[in-house]
Amino acid sequence: MSGESLSLSGHAKTVVEDWSSDKQAFNVPWGKFMMWMFLVSDTFIFSCFLVGYMNVRRTTTDPWPYPSEVFALELFGQNVPLILIAIMTFILITSSGTMALAVRFAHFRDKEKIFKLMLVTALLGASFVGMQMFEWSKLIAEGVRPWSNPFGAPQFGSIFFMVTGFHGIHVTCGVIYLLVIARKILRGDYDKKGDYSIVEITGLYWHFVDLVWVFIFAFFYLW
Amino acid sequence: MSYIPIADQKEEMHDPHSFVAKYVWSMDHKVIAIQYGTIAVGVGLVALVLSALMRLQLGYPDTFAFIDPAEYYQYVTMHGMIMVVYMLTALFLGGFGNYLIPLQIGARDMVFPFLNMLSVWVYLLSVIILMASFFVSGGPTGAGWTLYPPQAITEGTPGADMGIVLMLASLAVFIVAFTMGGLNYVTTVLQARTRGMTLMRMPLSVWGIFVATILGLFAFPALFVSAIMMTFDKLLGTSFFMPAMVSIGETLEHTGGSPVLFQHLFWFFGHPEVYIVALPAFGLVSDVLSCHARKNIFGYRMMVWAIVAIGGLSFIVWAHHMYVSGMNPYFGFFFAFTTLIIAVPTAIKVYNWVLTLWEGNIRLTVPMLFACGFIFTFLHGGLTGIFLGNVTVDLPLSDTYFVIAHFHMVMGVSPVMVLFASIYHWFPKMSGKMFNVTLGKIHFWATFFGTYAIYLPMHYLGFLGVPRRYYSMGTTEFLPESANALNANITLAAIWVAVFQLVFIFNIIWSLWKGKKCDGNPWEATSLEWQTPENPPAHGNWGPELPTVYRWAYEYSVPGVKADFVPQNIAPEDVETVDGKPYVGHED
Repeated sequence: MSGESLSLSGHAKTVVEDWSSDKQAFNVPWGKFMMWMFLVSDTFIFSCFLVGYMNVRRTTTDPWPYPSEVFALELFGQNVPLILIAIMTFILITSSGTMALAVRFAHFRDKEKIFKLMLVTALLGASFVGMQMFEWSKLIAEGVRPWSNPFGAPQFGSIFFMVTGFHGIHVTCGVIYLLVIARKILRGDYDKKGDYSIVEITGLYWHFVDLVWVFIFAFFYLW
Repeated sequence: MSYIPIADQKEEMHDPHSFVAKYVWSMDHKVIAIQYGTIAVGVGLVALVLSALMRLQLGYPDTFAFIDPAEYYQYVTMHGMIMVVYMLTALFLGGFGNYLIPLQIGARDMVFPFLNMLSVWVYLLSVIILMASFFVSGGPTGAGWTLYPPQAITEGTPGADMGIVLMLASLAVFIVAFTMGGLNYVTTVLQARTRGMTLMRMPLSVWGIFVATILGLFAFPALFVSAIMMTFDKLLGTSFFMPAMVSIGETLEHTGGSPVLFQHLFWFFGHPEVYIVALPAFGLVSDVLSCHARKNIFGYRMMVWAIVAIGGLSFIVWAHHMYVSGMNPYFGFFFAFTTLIIAVPTAIKVYNWVLTLWEGNIRLTVPMLFACGFIFTFLHGGLTGIFLGNVTVDLPLSDTYFVIAHFHMVMGVSPVMVLFASIYHWFPKMSGKMFNVTLGKIHFWATFFGTYAIYLPMHYLGFLGVPRRYYSMGTTEFLPESANALNANITLAAIWVAVFQLVFIFNIIWSLWKGKKCDGNPWEATSLEWQTPENPPAHGNWGPELPTVYRWAYEYSVPGVKADFVPQNIAPEDVETVDGKPYVGHED
């Protein structure tokens, strides 16, 4: 790649050349392309959920609860709005950072560091799920149910549990995925071919889960 | 990061030895294709029987005591859902997609064979869940294949207890299965082609299946989400799709949901689904027509771009199914506009098929008969689609037999015609045996005229205003006696067609067992799957070395060349010409 010397038309030209070549349309490993494809498909799933949320929020006849009151924690005798969710978001975004570092060390094939960083990522992910469980149980204790809630529209509980639950399942799967891959890395499963692209593929999934969270955060907690 | 393509390395292949690993838990795309195909045809036969039962009730009301209204609705629902999702989608993408993609692009297998194997077994699971709904209390759901809430999950609708839950679960499982297969198909097409196989040299079958798979990966999520939300409405008592309502004198717990939201989600899946079925059919039929007309496909590039354009447009037309749903009337203008635009690339394709036949050296083989039959039925169904795409014309025709006739012509009969054409065309490759031609021709003529006898009169019934989904018409002012007579005739034709499908089943089974052995390229076709060293292709498809591709797949009747076809993998210097001059191809 001659990098900077490529003009826009030059880039367009390489795209056309790649697509009209034989064998491969994208110069990436099969698994990486497949993960991208899966994530685009998964994006449609989350988009449908969010569109559904916007729609029921408009059609419901009861008032929508005020998020900064519902999602407040009492700390030192004061109600702090959105404090838990701020911590959760911070943790998840931090985990994206450690994942990115793991991908960086995959380029150097530093097994120890990859393993440690993936482990830290998984732990941060697990703590996110743990905090989500805490938040769920707090809401359930306050009487929020999938079919009703004391603060107003019943759709608030339904869509909240459904979408954060669906995202939580994604994070949980991601944690398991990270642990499995981290163990395989440490064991040297990928040394035979010297192909460490699996770290990047796992990273793609993890960053995607984070990105989805940013949208959920914005739509559920800030709107 | 350096990356070495492993397509050429034999040692990367899984190497099964035992019978179970070869034919049951197989990772070979050809075996998986046949497993997909067998399950899909099997479940399709169930749907065929259901349609015959429906027709018995409609043609001869008050005659068959064992069909009560609830059962009739269950037949309607299950027939529709099975045919659209579990039969057509699975057979085109799981069956032909699996079989043809690696063979036609020159790969040894799909890129992730294990995932591919999981796909077929999860598909079987979804079929089992669906079939289980016949045996639960209340029976399968009778909500119509569109499963519209609130009625789908409200007491009074057949199968509103367990049937609908099993249906939604089965759909979700099917989508998981499809995603595993679909990711494989897309990645294989884009990343695992052999030397010389550029995207613009791929046979149109691969193009059709490829674009349809992308549509599936983007459209099925909407169905998945709506299935989850409706399951919650049913089981948890949420109100995503359920407004406040009174049912059988009781006020329900639900409040504030939006039934139209379901319709939007459903049709955001449902319309691309039409093209998930149609695009592979377009592709397969192009290859069959070109091969048996001994002529290159007319306007190959245009055909490819038409497939891509139809695929793109199919995502912005969904609300033309909802003109009477109560959505904002201004939407109708936009969606009618986009809907009618789809007629342009589709018409290009029909013209190109006809122009491919024009002055071709046509061989009226069984696959060719079915392919030509497809052009008729598709043109027919397509033209009535223009009626229904217009809001003002659609309003009076909505929910009448005209709609039934339209979509059965365009996405029932037409894709099935292509399925038969393709099964007959590729049967010698899949089995190494030739089917019985006479039985095949009987099957074609009986099916072709039979389906016309079913669906042509339905257009007329629709104009009369006969509503769809009615258990029986009873006596009404606006329906003449002749409408009932017509219904009885349609039933006779439907049973005729159903019976003649047994000829097909018999032909396939008998030919597998006793059919004449045939060589690897009985149709003298050019594409790669006909050039395999063994017939049927062995595990790994290509022997020690992958083929090299020198040209497109439509090099038929080239002037100056001795044979009337030039396979894709013959080097230009090896092509024998009449006068010894170097060979110059059609392409470019």
